[in-house]
Amino acid sequence: MTTAPAGATIDAAGLRQRVADVVAAHDPATTDPAELLAARFDAGLAWVHFPEGEGGLGAPRALQSVVDAEFERLGATPAGREKLIIGLGMAAPTILAFGTPEQRRRYLKPLYVGEEVWCQLFSEPGAGSDLAALGTRAVRDGEEWVVDGQKVWTSLAHRARWAILVTRTDPDVPKHQGMTYFICDMRAPGVEVRPLRQLTGEAEFNEVYLTDVRIPDSQRLGAVGEGWRVAQTTLMNERVSIGGTAEPREGGLIGIAAGIWRSRPEARTPGLHDALMRLWVEAEAARLTKERLRQQLAIGQPGPEGSAAKLAFARLNQEIAGLEVELLGAEGLTYDDWTLRRPERVGMEARGAGYRYLRSRGNSIEGGTSEILRNIIAERVLGLPGDIRVDKDVAWKDLPK
Amino acid sequence: MSTSEADLLYSEVEEELRASVRALLADKCAPAGVLARVDGEAGPLTDTALWQDLCGLGVAGLPVPEALGGAGAGWREAAVVAEELGRAVAPVPFLGSAVLSTAALLAVGDSPTAAATLGRMASGEATVALAVPLSAPPGAAFPDTVRAAADGLSGTVTKVADATTADALLVPAVGTDGPGLYLADASEAVRTPLVTLDLTRPLVDVGLDRTPARPVVTGRAAEHALRTALRTGAALLSAEQLGVAEWALGTTVDYLKTRTQFGRPVGSFQAPKHRLADLWVSVSQARAVVRNAASTAGAGADDTEAEMAAALAQAFVSGVAVTAAEEAVQLHGGIGFTWEHPAHLYLKRAKSDAIALGTADRHRSALAGMVDLPAGAE
Ligand SMILES: Cc1cc2nc3c(=O)[nH]c(=O)nc-3n(C[C@H](O)[C@H](O)[C@H](O)COP(=O)(O)OP(=O)(O)OC[C@H]3O[C@@H](n4cnc5c(N)ncnc54)[C@H](O)[C@@H]3O)c2cc1C
Repeated sequence: MTTAPAGATIDAAGLRQRVADVVAAHDPATTDPAELLAARFDAGLAWVHFPEGEGGLGAPRALQSVVDAEFERLGATPAGREKLIIGLGMAAPTILAFGTPEQRRRYLKPLYVGEEVWCQLFSEPGAGSDLAALGTRAVRDGEEWVVDGQKVWTSLAHRARWAILVTRTDPDVPKHQGMTYFICDMRAPGVEVRPLRQLTGEAEFNEVYLTDVRIPDSQRLGAVGEGWRVAQTTLMNERVSIGGTAEPREGGLIGIAAGIWRSRPEARTPGLHDALMRLWVEAEAARLTKERLRQQLAIGQPGPEGSAAKLAFARLNQEIAGLEVELLGAEGLTYDDWTLRRPERVGMEARGAGYRYLRSRGNSIEGGTSEILRNIIAERVLGLPGDIRVDKDVAWKDLPK
Repeated sequence: MSTSEADLLYSEVEEELRASVRALLADKCAPAGVLARVDGEAGPLTDTALWQDLCGLGVAGLPVPEALGGAGAGWREAAVVAEELGRAVAPVPFLGSAVLSTAALLAVGDSPTAAATLGRMASGEATVALAVPLSAPPGAAFPDTVRAAADGLSGTVTKVADATTADALLVPAVGTDGPGLYLADASEAVRTPLVTLDLTRPLVDVGLDRTPARPVVTGRAAEHALRTALRTGAALLSAEQLGVAEWALGTTVDYLKTRTQFGRPVGSFQAPKHRLADLWVSVSQARAVVRNAASTAGAGADDTEAEMAAALAQAFVSGVAVTAAEEAVQLHGGIGFTWEHPAHLYLKRAKSDAIALGTADRHRSALAGMVDLPAGAE
């Protein structure tokens, strides 16, 4: 494909033409989705605001929605990319913001195309909400770092090729200052992934043990000691990618509940009707809010609004899934399958009502708990004074654990 | 409307009973042990040995008169046991046998079959499952999925609780004499186990095909007995739900006192504190509602106070239990979302209990009828 000088074609019409060219050269009906995505990446249409050669065209961010809509219209948006959520939603924006050109060239394309799955090695048994308390040590050894520690609740680690990893590199300074962020090769010696079964019956997440894992300094993301700042970018994007995907009316769980209502007249009671309609209205409000957030994001980086979207998403999902079990009446007493599986993706739609009810309980824990998100809104949006922080100026090594 | 208030406190005798049941459960039914049963690593799910130990304390025959071999106590005492069993998510057939079937047989009136069966149940010699869907609300029409004929019972009943290990089934069926309750040997029925949301209370579909059965009672008396059983079940279930909620609250409070984040115990932050305080308020309200339901549970089928108390209990307490269990999972964070931590056993029990014996919504509708608050224009 001829790559016209980007500057000349960066308007909505030019982008639509580029999309049309890609789709014309790679018929979605017959082309392998990965090949189509690769062509899309090479044409700078993965993330238009990324630099040329890195999946973008250096175009204004707002134009991404034009590209997305056009691919969608032409039937060229592959499904089933849930297992890429961490790569696409968290690793990519972080690598883009803090990665070197070499790093961007190495990681972004396979990530985008779906060749390489990513996971997020953040949480530890003693550091969840308080991520900055983490203790996984990284010690410099020449051009390499030697990493030791334990991570937990790591989604998709069993499928991942790469991980974003936060470590402690200086225990003698306060906790936010002594952290460093890396890209970790999940195939490196010393990385051990053990399934951790969750209350749904499956092991979607894992425990990850890191023993003398050697990470080249070239896989560091951001400066030494800057890990917290880098992680902030990841976390803000995480909230948006969990709570902020656009969907049609009655998309997601409300559509399932509404379907049950329509198909089972015998289950209808006035009280359930009231509950359903209340949630239907809330789902529509949440959908429109997400859409607004998406439009806002198109022109800038995610702000704390991502926390609002994730908070609302978790509450709504949980209430709808809870109602669905009750709508099903006697059937709600049963479960589809307790087998210990290690799924590739979290497919709420593909499972039964009981699974949805249980899995949705995780929506208010994963990616920052709803309590922590409320704190963020109270402090960063409303400007309320923060909790009194007893640990702020204390060296990490002296903190109570 | 009657205003005489039930006794809403626990008696000394009840507290003694609670203490002995709790001690036994602490010894023989720790959450880790229940989880091992759920995982099939400790024998079958239903803990028949524990059930025998509990029967040794007399829990199976508390409301059964002494003359029939029971303890001659009442449903209030049984409700205290239900609380403790809920607190332990104990996999024993208390609800199915010692509550639902027992209440039905007690309500039957003069029947040698009922008397003999109650005696065997009270001593722990036999368990009997009431063959109705666990979701059946007290006000439901008499079930007609099983026909009684000269050659036995035929039909199916879905989602029957505590029937896996039951010796006998007490089956509502419709024959030429109208509705009736029949006693059948459980081994003569086809029991198909179901995969249940509540891992600690097994359910089966019961298939009957000309299954031999003895009539226990027929006609209006059978309808009354079934209605009383379901209503008593709803009242006693609320006691179990209270136990679930108490475990969830207590365990979460303990955890947040020791779990440290941001350099302090998580329980020292105002947000979790307020939520646990709110939960405590709900649980203490639930306790009063449950005591009220337990106190009136022994009444006859048309007792309005008992009907109202049971409906109120399910309308209120089932929600409290679900909220408490959901909060337990949430406030335990990632650990609460794992299989190893027992919080999920309570979550699953609470959510299933919210469907069992009528959803809160059905009970609210029933209440609306009882207190003359119609839903819409006539
Ligand atoms: C399904 C699932 C998938 C996950 N996937 C990943 C993953 O891929 N990678 C990864 O790194 N992690 C993952 N996690 C971990 C998740 O990020 C943590 O569980 C979460 O941040 C909470 O931390 P914690 O479990 O240590 O709970 P804690 O921090 O111990 O919190 C316990 C409770 O206290 C509350 N709390 C804590 N601090 C405060 C405060 N200051 N004010 C008010 N309330 C507070 C919390 O909200 C929570 O309710 C996953 C978790 C789940 C459930």
